[in-house]
Amino acid sequence: MKCEELLKMLNEYVDGTVDPTVCEEFEQHMSGCNPCQVVVDNIRKTITLYRNGEQYQLPIPFRDRLHSALRQRWQEKRK
Amino acid sequence: MVTVDESELVTRAKAGDLEAFEALTTRYERRVYTLALRMLHNEHDAEDVTQETFMSAVEHLDGFRQESRFSTWLLRIATHAALKIIRKRKGLDTISLEEATDPAPDGDTIPHPDYIADWRQSPTELVHSREIQRLLDEALETLDEKHRLVFLLRDVQGLSISETAQTLGLSEPNVKVRLLRARLLLREQLTRKLGDARTRLIRNHNH
Repeated sequence: MKCEELLKMLNEYVDGTVDPTVCEEFEQHMSGCNPCQVVVDNIRKTITLYRNGEQYQLPIPFRDRLHSALRQRWQEKRK
Repeated sequence: MVTVDESELVTRAKAGDLEAFEALTTRYERRVYTLALRMLHNEHDAEDVTQETFMSAVEHLDGFRQESRFSTWLLRIATHAALKIIRKRKGLDTISLEEATDPAPDGDTIPHPDYIADWRQSPTELVHSREIQRLLDEALETLDEKHRLVFLLRDVQGLSISETAQTLGLSEPNVKVRLLRARLLLREQLTRKLGDARTRLIRNHNH
């Protein structure tokens, strides 16, 4: 496997959906290719960071409006 | 604070307990709002989507069967509401997003990694910093909409490839190509900022 082919299979490898024989070739290539190894590690960290990153706070006036609208709708619906 | 189980709150809300519903709202409103903000890049639109999502949850709570997680259900409603706004912005109601965002089929060019280096810190160390949050958003904003949406649905929201394809009206191969490009582009940008220059590697192009 060459770097170029590894790049094409990157999604499947990172997501763990790659075919076992391909997976073996992939890992064999990485054990002899430090840049590819680091790229895979960088990608994993990129995804983790986005997935676990901080969430934005709702602006307080909006949050107040949202909750009062929800309460009102809730009462109406259950009359 | 004692954390009450999500499904218990849902059961109580379905039985008419407003307090339980508000607890669920408080638990997930930031995730819904953040997703909408990242999809739409506009605070006002993100507020509309958030409000529409929770209003719709009040409306359809009876029909929610608890087969999926409540958060998954909410984020799905939010995604559709945000996509509706994106389509409207483009003046389209019926044309699929695929045609709207991509008149020419995606080529198979893969952006080659250029800056390759170990990161100075682990994601766990980075995750709670304001500065990193800004860096993540700036990197996302440089992506085309078509790459950004696929990345947000698949990698941030955690939908499968086929769910992402269905939601966006794209083919699965197209989702995969876009996802790969998005991941590589984001990796490049984050590594330029977070990489340890001393560990930088140069690719051997004959490899």
